Amino acid sequence: MADAIVTERLTKSYSGRRVVDNLSLRVPQGTVYGLLGRNGAGKSTLLKMLVGMVHPDYGRWTLLGEDGGALSPQTRGRIAYLAEGHPLYSWMTIGQAVAFTHAFYPAADRTLVEKILDHFGLARSAKISRLSKGMRAQVSLALALAPDPELLILDDPTLGLDTNTRRDFVESMIHVIQRRGRTILFSSHVLGDVERVADRIGILVDGVLRVDCPTEHFKGAVRKVVVEFGRQPPEFAGCAGLLGQWQQGNRRELVIVSYGPEQRAAIEAQSPRRIDVIELNLEDAFIAYTRGPQRPLPFPVGEPTDDTGASAQGAA
Amino acid sequence: MTLHVDTASRLPIYQQLVLQIREGIARGDLQPEERLASVRQLSSELTVNPNTVARAYTELEREGLLVSRPGLGIFVAQPRGELTKTARDRRLIELLDRCLTEAVHLGYSADEVIRAVTQRAGQFQWKSDGRK
Repeated sequence: MADAIVTERLTKSYSGRRVVDNLSLRVPQGTVYGLLGRNGAGKSTLLKMLVGMVHPDYGRWTLLGEDGGALSPQTRGRIAYLAEGHPLYSWMTIGQAVAFTHAFYPAADRTLVEKILDHFGLARSAKISRLSKGMRAQVSLALALAPDPELLILDDPTLGLDTNTRRDFVESMIHVIQRRGRTILFSSHVLGDVERVADRIGILVDGVLRVDCPTEHFKGAVRKVVVEFGRQPPEFAGCAGLLGQWQQGNRRELVIVSYGPEQRAAIEAQSPRRIDVIELNLEDAFIAYTRGPQRPLPFPVGEPTDDTGASAQGAA
Repeated sequence: MTLHVDTASRLPIYQQLVLQIREGIARGDLQPEERLASVRQLSSELTVNPNTVARAYTELEREGLLVSRPGLGIFVAQPRGELTKTARDRRLIELLDRCLTEAVHLGYSADEVIRAVTQRAGQFQWKSDGRK
């Protein structure tokens, strides 16, 4: 199958810091690709580079088979981008925003956007400045879906939405996917949503694409291994797939991708007293992958948890 | 039969669906020749990627529990006895041994385990005379 998105060594630095680092990615047509990463990992910058809002320092990319740096208006008309935070011109009415966006997609069928607005119960005459966050998100989604795009690029589309609006949004994404051949690349922090809709996930850590695999592989592959020694743990040289290790007293905790006999043998060679292998859900696996050693928050022990402490301070 | 999806689970979504359908068939909640929701319907109902639903169905088809009839839909298969008696016996013994090992470690007596098995067996739908 053809690739909807291909990037080759895309790189971008801001004030000497590499925000996106040598990133090569392929998203086959018809795939829903979920891009994960902590804040500042480079997700937005990557998406902005794809749609031409940020110029890369280095690298090439194609969208729907065309050079991304020189997209023809026709190809642009087959791609929709939803920016983070759903920016819209607040002085427009919904109807004006629809007309404005339509100018960029002259080939689009107007009935689709009408149907979506009706589905969400949005009045054309409503002023965008008066809309709630959830309604603005719905308007942006309606505008993005209006041209029935072949490729949708969504930057954290459910950020800040309440649970119901978020579910509506995810349902709309499912509708898009059900139309064959539609490709979606989206970033998100809501791992449950990602698991529901994404065929593949990518994880960005400090601008580097560290994980790029089918969603269920990642979920099935990352293990936390707790090794109990009953004495000071000996030095561990590591094994293939080791993401991180840290020590707590007589035990060592390891986070390992694709844990198997080889890894087990390496651990057993140190003759520990006990090995516990813990499967992780997507959220735990993601945290284990991106955070590394777990450190408790530096709260002093016995600090009051209600607001009496704060008010006492205020009185003093 | 109502299927559900739990994204906090450690199991991938398609495996959750496989397990629920497999259990539904074993308990008799799903009967042979019963039609299942289409990939599209189930994907909308559960708000999951249609490919995930399709993967679950494909896996169950491979196991022989479902059959897809092009143009008609996907159905619960008629139970087939394609495994030989010896092979089935061996599978059963393996499964029992796994359960019994766990039960020993949990500290049960043999009598307690037999009572529990008898009680749980009432919840499932069995072949009346066993397969020949």
